[in-house]
Amino acid sequence: MRTGGILSAEKAVEALIRLSAFSAILGLFLIFVFIGKEALPVLTSPEARKEAGLSKLFLPQEGPRPYSWQPVSEIPKYSILPLFMGTLKVTLVAILFAIPLALGAALFTSEFAPDWTKELLKPIIELLAGIPSVVLGFFALMVMASCVQDAFGIIYRLNAVNAGIALGLAVIPIVYTMADDALTAVPKSYREASIAMGASAWQTASKVVFPAALPGILAACVLGFGRAIGETMIVLMASGNAPVMTWALQKPVRSLSATVAAELGEVVVGSPHYHVLFLIGTLLFVFTFALNLFAHWFVRRLQRKILGAA
Amino acid sequence: MNAPGGLFIEALAVRAGDKELLKPFSLRVDRGEILGVIGPAGSGKSTLLRVLNRLVDLDDGLSVSGTVQLDGANILGPEVDVPSVRKRIGIVFSVQVPLPMSIYDNLAFGPRLAGVTDPGGLGTLMEESLRAAYLWDEVEDRLREPASNLSGGQQQRMCLARTLMLRPEVLLLDEPCSGLDPISTAKIEEALQGLKKRMAVILVTNNVKQASRVADKTAFLLMGELVECGPTQDLFTNPKHKRTEEYITGRFG
Amino acid sequence: MMGRFFIALSALCCAVIVAMTAFVLGDIAYFGWEKLTLSFLLAAPEQGMAAGGIFPAIFGTFFLVLIMTVAVIPLGVMTAVYLNEYAPKHSRLVQWVRLAIANLSGVPAIVFGLFGLGFFIDFVGKGMDAAFFGSRLVFGQPAILWAALTLALLTLPTVVVATEEALRAIPDSHREVAYSLGATRLQMVRRVVLPQAIGGILTGGILAVSRGAGEVAPILFTGAAYFLPYLPKKLNDQFMELGYHIYVMATQSPDVEATKPILYSTVFVLLALTFVLNFTAIWVRSRIRRRLRLAK
Repeated sequence: MRTGGILSAEKAVEALIRLSAFSAILGLFLIFVFIGKEALPVLTSPEARKEAGLSKLFLPQEGPRPYSWQPVSEIPKYSILPLFMGTLKVTLVAILFAIPLALGAALFTSEFAPDWTKELLKPIIELLAGIPSVVLGFFALMVMASCVQDAFGIIYRLNAVNAGIALGLAVIPIVYTMADDALTAVPKSYREASIAMGASAWQTASKVVFPAALPGILAACVLGFGRAIGETMIVLMASGNAPVMTWALQKPVRSLSATVAAELGEVVVGSPHYHVLFLIGTLLFVFTFALNLFAHWFVRRLQRKILGAA
Repeated sequence: MNAPGGLFIEALAVRAGDKELLKPFSLRVDRGEILGVIGPAGSGKSTLLRVLNRLVDLDDGLSVSGTVQLDGANILGPEVDVPSVRKRIGIVFSVQVPLPMSIYDNLAFGPRLAGVTDPGGLGTLMEESLRAAYLWDEVEDRLREPASNLSGGQQQRMCLARTLMLRPEVLLLDEPCSGLDPISTAKIEEALQGLKKRMAVILVTNNVKQASRVADKTAFLLMGELVECGPTQDLFTNPKHKRTEEYITGRFG
Repeated sequence: MMGRFFIALSALCCAVIVAMTAFVLGDIAYFGWEKLTLSFLLAAPEQGMAAGGIFPAIFGTFFLVLIMTVAVIPLGVMTAVYLNEYAPKHSRLVQWVRLAIANLSGVPAIVFGLFGLGFFIDFVGKGMDAAFFGSRLVFGQPAILWAALTLALLTLPTVVVATEEALRAIPDSHREVAYSLGATRLQMVRRVVLPQAIGGILTGGILAVSRGAGEVAPILFTGAAYFLPYLPKKLNDQFMELGYHIYVMATQSPDVEATKPILYSTVFVLLALTFVLNFTAIWVRSRIRRRLRLAK
């Protein structure tokens, strides 16, 4: 017979299950609160504001170099803009490299090639996806840097192009998998109708299937973009770590996330430098969070529009 | 007056929003009799069964009114302990659902939920239930095999035995022989004749001939409405309503 | 005609991806194989990583991932069970939780590292020290426990998604049978649903372990160290770890040429570990899918 003891144990377990549902929401909330809490002094503490206030972070300063990130020097400089620029450059290279390759491959395996090619490519993509980013960073540092240097005739061994391509390798599996899912989800009837009207394989793929899969494909690109922005180890190891304010891709760069990773180990807890690093972290978190929400909302809207029109 | 172990349904109705799935009706089934429920698809037969063992609680958006009394107590009340009700009112579904485990574990599932674990007691109960379901001879030395090894008809009889393990006072069957071979069908029908001696049985069936063979009382449900209910012989030889006659003679199905 | 050109172009894309992957893996396999002996795996480092082995890093990685698994699997499974078995069908809360899980998997790894520092070490750890240890610094510092919990949060979405996939594959008829025999919801989950979902949970766990063993950014300031004279035994010890080791060796080694062979072999070991885990997970998943297809 089931006794009261068992019943109250059951109630306890069920309460635990219901509570655990909140774990993800709680986790996000805690992340925001506890990182933001350490970033707040940049805005509120007078000492921090004097050395690294918002104007110093975002506006050009007096002197020969208006945008300079040199927190560890006689006169500390905290301009975040070179870091933004670094992140932007590396991400741009990564996106320009990864997205066409991934989308092209996805189109090929789901529209043009026989099924066995997908059986072959999927494991390879899984292999690529499984490579830890520290390994990609290692490879870019040790091997790829020299190749890129020779291929493009670049002076600096570690630079935005090098890091960007390695970053692209990490992004390719994400974009490929989601794009492939989106393309495969397009009903067979669309393709058959198009072929029946005399369209070629390429025309069917580009004019019928690709547009129908667009919401998923865009989501894939946004996800890839988000991953590139936030990635740390690859850029830390392969980009040369020089916070310079220039558009040139062949110079070394420093990204936002790499800055945090490189400097947090040696910073004095509670110093303005410390708080600025947390501020950078908060910015990264808020940005990727907003990007994710946007992608979610945008894809839903597009889906509704396409389904509505169909 | 309802004999102990019988169901007394009073003014039972089920709505899904505005739509009436079951219009208010009253019915009684006593221990010792089999009530057959016939009617075309969509007339609410399955809904009726789902109300009786409160599986309807799992369906969203349905509202149930009226009372169903088992031993004088209304099983539809909000304070009722639903799992215990379901142990007293057992059900066999139309598609056999063996759980992915051995025949032994399938049969022991119900009693184990109730805290019964003694293997001796379980063993006796199992033989009793399997005999009552006309399956004992075929599986007595195969109890540890996966239930999926059995044929469709054997699985359904196992599901019947599984329900019997809890010694329910009422047994509901929702088109239990649909898709089964004639031999399994005959065995199940024979089993019901034996089972009705110790419980009330409600048999929903698509097969009018089966009702006339098996049921003591028959109810005819059409589009959620209880059109007619009475002793089987009377209903079939002298139906009171035109629609009943039309359905029985196969003019619509 | 143009069509054929574009099709060829897309085929080229495939080829480029395959070639680059092969290049990366081939290079590591070729140079990493040299130093790979049993003694390498079981010995401690010597001469500033120019000789010796990487056992402490392997041990540290295993211990780290073990603690992480103990934390993330129960939490992830319970979350998935709630979402799939307990939550009302169209509740707002469920949508928010699912959105949170999707967002969690998009948070940059370094942000998790900051979180580990700002929450686990500075808040929970220091709080524990103040409450239980007076003025001593016991938990308010980098420790394997905090690194593992940080990784657990990072891999939570992996476990939830894999478990949910397994739960959804179970037909509702099984649940109804359990209910009709008088089971409460928890009994139904325990006796019918979870036993069938074990495969998916296993898959999720293995993928989480693979991810946890490879991420370095979250453990940079939460407990990883380059050279420790001891193996981590207590929850508040620091630890050596494969990925962190690779990072430091590659970027801060005073003599790159001397440490290059060991560096390559360490990368080889980490990669091999990751791949074995990933392929085990994929194998488990495909076996489950095959069994489901046969059952239908």
